[in-house]
Amino acid sequence: MFFLLASSAASASWNDPYPSSDRGKNILYASFRERPKHFDPARAYSFNEYNIIAQIYEPPFQYHYLKRPYSLVPLTATQVPQPHYYDGNGRQLPANAPTADVAYSVYEIHIRPGIKYQPHPCFARDQDGHYLYQDLNREQLRDRHTIADFPHTGTRELVAADYVYQIKRLAHPKLHSPILSLMSDYIVGLRDYAQVLRDALGKGGNEHGDYLDLTRYPLAGVEEVDRYTYRIKIRGKYPQFRFWMAMTFFAPLPPEADRFFSQPGMAEKNLTLQWYPIGTGPYMLTVNNPNLRMVLERNPNFHDERYPRGGEPSDEVAALLRDAGARLPFIDRVIYSLEKENIPRWNKFLQGYYDKSDPSDILAESFDQAIQLTSGGDTELTDSMRARGIRLLTSVGTATYYTGFNMLDPVVGGYSEKKRKLRQAISIAVDEEERISIFLNGRGIPAQGPIPPGIFGYEGGCAGRNPYVYDCIDGKVKRKPIEEARRLLAQAGYPDGRDPKTGSPLLLYFDSPQAGPEAKAVLDWTIKQYKKLNIQLVPRVTDYNRFQEKMHKGNAQIYRWGWGADYPDPENFLFLLYGPNKKVGAEGENASNYESSGFDQLFERMKNMDDTPERLVLIQRMLEIARADAPWVWGLHPKEFTIEHGWLHNNKPHNMTHNTVKYLRLDTELRARKRQQWNPPLLWPLGVTFALLAVGAVPAVVTYVRRERQVRR
Amino acid sequence: MIAYIVRRALYAIPILIGVNLLTFALFFFVNTPDDMARLHLGVKRVTPEAIASWKADHDYDKPLLWNSQAAGLDKVSDTIFFRHSLKLFVFDFGRADDGRDISYDVSNRMWASLAIALPTLLVGVLINITVAMMLAFLRGSYLDTWGMVICVMMMSVSLLFYIIAGQYLFSKLLHLVPISGYAPGFAAAKFVILPVVIGTIGGIGAGTRLYRTFFLEEMGKDYVRTARAKGLSEVRVLFRHVLKNAMIPILTGVVVVIPLLFIGSLVMESFFGIPGLGSYTIDAIQHQDFGIVRAMVFLGSVLYIVGLILTDISYTVVDPRIRLQ
Repeated sequence: MFFLLASSAASASWNDPYPSSDRGKNILYASFRERPKHFDPARAYSFNEYNIIAQIYEPPFQYHYLKRPYSLVPLTATQVPQPHYYDGNGRQLPANAPTADVAYSVYEIHIRPGIKYQPHPCFARDQDGHYLYQDLNREQLRDRHTIADFPHTGTRELVAADYVYQIKRLAHPKLHSPILSLMSDYIVGLRDYAQVLRDALGKGGNEHGDYLDLTRYPLAGVEEVDRYTYRIKIRGKYPQFRFWMAMTFFAPLPPEADRFFSQPGMAEKNLTLQWYPIGTGPYMLTVNNPNLRMVLERNPNFHDERYPRGGEPSDEVAALLRDAGARLPFIDRVIYSLEKENIPRWNKFLQGYYDKSDPSDILAESFDQAIQLTSGGDTELTDSMRARGIRLLTSVGTATYYTGFNMLDPVVGGYSEKKRKLRQAISIAVDEEERISIFLNGRGIPAQGPIPPGIFGYEGGCAGRNPYVYDCIDGKVKRKPIEEARRLLAQAGYPDGRDPKTGSPLLLYFDSPQAGPEAKAVLDWTIKQYKKLNIQLVPRVTDYNRFQEKMHKGNAQIYRWGWGADYPDPENFLFLLYGPNKKVGAEGENASNYESSGFDQLFERMKNMDDTPERLVLIQRMLEIARADAPWVWGLHPKEFTIEHGWLHNNKPHNMTHNTVKYLRLDTELRARKRQQWNPPLLWPLGVTFALLAVGAVPAVVTYVRRERQVRR
Repeated sequence: MIAYIVRRALYAIPILIGVNLLTFALFFFVNTPDDMARLHLGVKRVTPEAIASWKADHDYDKPLLWNSQAAGLDKVSDTIFFRHSLKLFVFDFGRADDGRDISYDVSNRMWASLAIALPTLLVGVLINITVAMMLAFLRGSYLDTWGMVICVMMMSVSLLFYIIAGQYLFSKLLHLVPISGYAPGFAAAKFVILPVVIGTIGGIGAGTRLYRTFFLEEMGKDYVRTARAKGLSEVRVLFRHVLKNAMIPILTGVVVVIPLLFIGSLVMESFFGIPGLGSYTIDAIQHQDFGIVRAMVFLGSVLYIVGLILTDISYTVVDPRIRLQ
C-alpha cells in the first residue's frame, strides 16, 4: 500500500499505467496482442510484424497515404520507374508490347542521395576509422544483452548496394523468406542464387556460423548500377512487382548490420536482426521487450519527408489536410504495450491510456457500448462515446472471407451442371447478410466475387452482383429466395435435399479449425443455413494444424477460409482460383483446388496487364466463369472499425500499408486534461467497505468477550 | 541429512527422465514437426521446401526417438529427443524455435512472476491464518457457520471472475490502480497490488477452510485441554499453543509451493499483462515452441522435487523429533 501511495502520489491519476515523467510528452500509446515473431525484413509477413517494422524500414516506394484507389509514390526512390521490356534477344520493346513478346522486364531504381541510417553500433568507428564492434569476441560480449549496451553508434548514407544486399538475403537458406519461392519465378537468377548460398553454407565457407558475406556472391538479376541506382531484371512481364517493392521485403539492409549481428555470441543473447531492426525510417526500435512493451523513438537522422498535400475530396472535410506540407514525423515516441486480453485493452482505451483502438478491439462485448445502428442501417458511435470526443473511422478491408468447396470431392466438387447447381443452391441458402448482422455487428459487406472493394475489377451495385445468388430489384441487390435454391437443388439431383440413393437428407461435412463458444454459435448457424435445404451438415472441428493438413491432402469437403491482399491488384485475389496454384499437388493458395481451363487462360492473359478497360473485360469474364462454377460461397469482405480519441489527428485507415505512424499527430494537452477528468480516484467506497468490515467484526468481538467471561467463571 | 538429500536427488533423475519422455510424447502426439514449421513460418506462401528447410535447421527432420537408418550410437543420438531434451539435465535449456536463449528469458521473467506470487503467498497465508483462527475460536457459533458458508462460496467462484470483477471495481470504477501492465523495479508496485489483492481474496476460501481444520484438530488435543485447565485465556491458548503446533502442516504446505512460485500464474499473468514465466509457458504452448515447453515442464518438475525435499527438511526444523535418514 505504501508503494501504491508513493507511486500514485507522483501520478495525476492513480490508475495511470505510465510513469509520471512521461506525462505531457509527445508519445503515442498503442497495444499489441501477440509477440511479433520476425523483425527481419526478409521474414516479416504478418500485420503485427509490419506494424513495427514498417515504421523503421523504407522500401523504395510507398502507398500514397490519402489517395484512393491506392497508388504508389516514391519513398526513398526519386520516382516510381516504368519497367523497360526486352525480348528474348535482348532487344528493347515498346511500353505497349504484347505480354507474350516480353522476355524480360528491367526496373531501374534511383534512390535519393543523403538519406542516412538510424544511429546504430554496427556503424560505430574509432578515430582511425576502424569499426568498433565488428570484430568482437565472446568475452567482449559478456555484459552486453541489448543493443543499448553498445555505447557508441554511427551512421552512414543509404546506397543502392543496400537494396541489392537485401534482395540477395531473400535467398539465404537460413532465413526462410516466405516470398523466395514466388520471387524465384520472377527475379532472374534468384533460384540458382539460393542454391549457390546453400552450397556455400554446406561447404562451411562461412566466417561466422551461418553468416555469408553476400557482397561476394553476385546475383544475376540484380545489380548495383552506381552509388544511388540499382537494377532488377524480371522474367517476362510482371506489373505487380512494383507493389512488392513497396513491401519491407525490398527495404535496404546494410551489410555492416548483417555482419555485426552474425558475430559469435550475439545470437545467444538475442542480438539478431530478428530482434533489432535497422533502417532509415522515421522511427527506430529502442526497446524490444515483446513480453511487455516495444518502444519506437524518432530517428534523429530521418530524411526530409513531408505530409501529403493532396488526397480525396473528403479529406479536406475530415481535416486530414491541415498538416499538408509539414515535416514528418509529428510524434516523438510510440509505446506499444502487450495487452493480451480484450477487457483490459478496451477499458484502457476508454480511460484514455491508449490513443486508438484497433479494429479487432471492438468485440461483441464492447460493441453495443461503442456503436449503434442508425435508422438508415448505418453505424455510428453511441452518445456516450461521442460525448467523450471519440471518433469512429470505417473502411472496407482489402480481404475476403469465403466458404470453399473442395472441387476434388466426389459430392460437392466436380464441374458437371448438376454439381454446379448444388453449389449454387448452397450459395443462395447461406445467408451472408444474416451472418454479418448476427456475428459481425454489421461489420462486413456480402461478397459478389473474390475481389474486394478498392481493388481494380470490383464493381458495386447491380452491375457487380453475382447473378447466380442475387437478383436486382428496384436497383437494389437482393438475395434470391430460398425456393430458387430448392429448385436448383432438385435439378442437382437432390429433391427436397434428399439423396436419391439413400432417401436420407444429403449429408455434407464442414471442416473448421475454430473451437470455443463463439465458434460453436457460428457453426450452429451454418448448420441451420444448410437445414433450409434439408441438407444435413456435419461439422468436423479440428485444430488449425489438422485443418491445414486436411487442406493440403484435399480431405476437406466444405471449409471456411480467408485471404488478405498483399497488394492492390486483382491478380492477388483471382490467383486463389487459378488451377496451377491449387493446394493439392501444387502446394499453392487455391484451397478449393478449382481448375477451369477458361478461367486459367483468361488469368494468364489478365495477370500481367495494366489496369486498362481490356483488363476489366477479362476480369469480368473470369468472374462470370467462377460465379457459374461456384467453387466458393463468396462470403464477405470485412468492414473495419477503428475508434480513436479526439486528441489523435490525421488518422485515415489504410489497408495496404502500415508505415502510417509518421502521419499521426497528437494534442497532448487535451489528452492530459481528459485523462485526469476521466480517472479521478474514488476513495469513499473503500472507506465504506472498511467501515462495514469493522461493523461486521462487532459480533465476533462480542462472542469473544462472552466466551472469555465463561472461561473465567 | 546430506545422505538423505543426495539419495532424494538421485531418485529425482528417473523421475525427470520420465517427465521428459512424457512431455516429449504428449507434445509430438499433438504436434508434428511439420505443424511446428507451418506455425513458425506463417500462414501465407509456405512451401514444402521452406518447411523441410526449417525442420532441418532446427533438427526436427530426424526420427523422434529411434533412428533406424543411423549406425551405432547415432541410432539414439541422431533423434529429436536426444538433440532437444538431453541437455536439460545439465540445465542447458537451449534455444527457442525462433532462436531466443531460453535461459536468458527464464532468468529475466522469473522476477515478474515472483513479484506477484511471493506477496500473494505471504499475505494470503497471513490472512488465511488470521481468519481461520478467528473461525476456530468462534467454532460452533453462527459466525463460524456463516464464515464457512462464505468460504465455500468464495472457493466456488472461478479466479477469472475475481480478476474481471477486481479490474472492473478497482481500476474502472474506483480508478485506484492500473487495470494491467508492469514496470520493473519499485514502479512495479502499482501494477502488482491488484493481482496480489485478487490472488489473496481468491485464495481465502480454500486456505481458511484448510487452516481452520488444522486449528480445530489441534484444539481437540490433550495439551490444549491441559492449557485451558491451567486457566490460560482462550487467546493465549490459541496463540501460544494451538498456532505453534498447527504451523507444522501450514509451513510444510507453504514450503512445498515456494519453488513453484518461480513458474508463475498462467491466468493472472495473462490478464494483467505481467511478463512472467506463466505467460511465457502459455505463449510457448500456443506457438508450439517445443524448446520452451520442455524447458518449462522440466524446470517445474525440478522445482517441485526441490520443494518436496525442502518440505522434508522443514519437518526437521519445526519438529525436532523428526530425523531424516
